Parts: sequence; C-alpha cells; structure tokens
Amino acid sequence: MYPDNFYSSTFTLLAEAEVGKHFYWDIAGFLVHGQVLLVIWFVFAILLTFALLGSRNIEQIPRGWQNFMECVLEFVTEIARNQLGESFYKEWVPFIGTLFLFIFGCNWAGAVIPWKLIHLPEGELSAPTNDINTTVALALLTSLAYFYAGLSKKGLGYFKHYIQPLPLLLPLKILEDFTKPLSLSFRLFGNVLADEITVAVLTGLVPLVIPLPIMLLGIFAGSVQALIFSTLAAAYIAEALE
Amino acid sequence: MDSIISAASVIAAGLAIGLAAIGPGIGQGQAAGQAVEGIARQPEAENKIRGVLLLSLAFMEALTIYGLVVALVLLFANPFNS
Repeated sequence: MYPDNFYSSTFTLLAEAEVGKHFYWDIAGFLVHGQVLLVIWFVFAILLTFALLGSRNIEQIPRGWQNFMECVLEFVTEIARNQLGESFYKEWVPFIGTLFLFIFGCNWAGAVIPWKLIHLPEGELSAPTNDINTTVALALLTSLAYFYAGLSKKGLGYFKHYIQPLPLLLPLKILEDFTKPLSLSFRLFGNVLADEITVAVLTGLVPLVIPLPIMLLGIFAGSVQALIFSTLAAAYIAEALE
Repeated sequence: MDSIISAASVIAAGLAIGLAAIGPGIGQGQAAGQAVEGIARQPEAENKIRGVLLLSLAFMEALTIYGLVVALVLLFANPFNS
C-alpha cells in the first residue's frame, strides 16, 4: 500500500492498514469475517465478566463493582427513560442497554487495546464496528425492535401511522423506514472506520506522538456514537409506541 | 479504461468529502455559538446545554461521515475496478 522505501523501519510494519482484507472463516458454507467474530467474543467476555463481578454478594448499600455496575445501569435507564417516558421505559431498558454497552465495548476495544500485536494470517483485529456488516446488523435489529414495539402495542393498527397526519406523506414515511436503519448503520460505521484509517495513515507517516490526538478523538467519538445509537434506537421505539 | 476510472474516482473522492464538510461545518458552528450564548446567559444550565450540544454535534457530524464513507468506498472498495 505504501511506496517500497517505507518498509525499511519496524514502525511501518506495525502501521499498515488492512482495509478490505478479511480473515475469512467457512462456517457451514457461509463465509464470515473471523476477525470481527474474535473481537466480538472478547467484548462479550468482558461485558459478562463485569456483570458477574457486579452481581456477586449483592449488598443493600453498594460498594466496589456493584456500585460501578449500578451506575452503568442507571445511566442506561436514564437513556431509556428520557426517550420512552415513564410508562414504557422499563421493558426496553435491557435492549437499549445492550445496544449501548455492546457498541461502547466494541468501539473502546478497537481503540484502546493494541490488537496489532496478534498476527492474523489475513487481515487484522480491530473494532468490530468498523465492518459494515456489524453496524447494519445492529441497525436492522433496531428496525425489528421498533416494528415489534408498534405491532405489539397497536396490532395491525400500527400501519395507520403511515397515512396518519397527512396521506400525502406516505412516500416519505415509507422512505423513512429505509433511511432510519441506513443512517444508523452508516453513522456508526463511518465514524469508527474513518478514525481507524486516519490513525493507520498517520502512524504510517509519523509513528510517534502525532497519531495520539486522533486516537483520543476516536475514544471520545466511540463513546458518543454508542450513546447516539442507543438514544436514537429508543427514540424510534418511542415514536412507534405513541 | 482503468486509469480514467482511477483518476475519476480520486477526484470524486476528494469532492465527496470536501463538499460534505461544508454544510455540517456551518451548522456545527452555529450550534456551538448558540450553546455558548446559552451558557453565558445562564451558567447553572451548563451541564444540560453541554449534553444537548454534544448530541446535536454528533448528528451533524454524521452527515460529513456519509460523504467520507463514499470517499472511502471509492478509494478502497471501488466497484468499478477490475
């Protein structure tokens, strides 16, 4: 990817960005991106460990891990409550919380942990959300969730909302059903991939100090994008429920 | 046709991200300005204003990111390359 005279120093050996190369696994005839699955399983393990540590020996007055996990739960409940209102938020807290914590974990795992030290035969380990498949999967789950919310609350009367305020808006409402998951997925994908490519290119040019502000921006943007995704998911569900 | 596709893709990628940065840049500047004005009028509301500001900035940022995704696709996953 770089001109040949770049490859003399050891720094550039760690800096090559493998955009578009994936570590393919063949599972039952389907080709999957193995590097994405590996980091996703790592994020699952971390989240489960945190949850288990926080819920051992539960005490009335929380301290230590329990306190931290209760803070996290309160934060997630606030997101759900702000968007969905007092009467509907309780049953959606697990979904919104999972979205937030999973995306947060994925983005931070990609930005903070030095994955380049582990050498894969093809492709590299990085944030799972830099793969469009992951973000589209999350966005389609959100679409499914808000359809389920609307259908379970209003039955087939949910489809009246397409012509509700003004029948003229029908094409716009149908388009909205496509643009909602599209914008959700592309926002997250673009943010994470753009940061990773920028860090890779900067590290290829000036390996010390200079990429650090972009990496910090990546950490910040990763957490903000997790919040945005879960807030928007809650807002779409709220819109379907009203 | 390969070099003309590459040349056109590079120009298109540059235009995509360049033009995509204009609108959200103006919008984010306006939002930040209004936020600063709000904090100046009522310093106790700083936390709430900061929260709303960051949320709005992320939405506007997304529009630039869409342009960046188009540019990245043209450069790294070009559908017209052999």
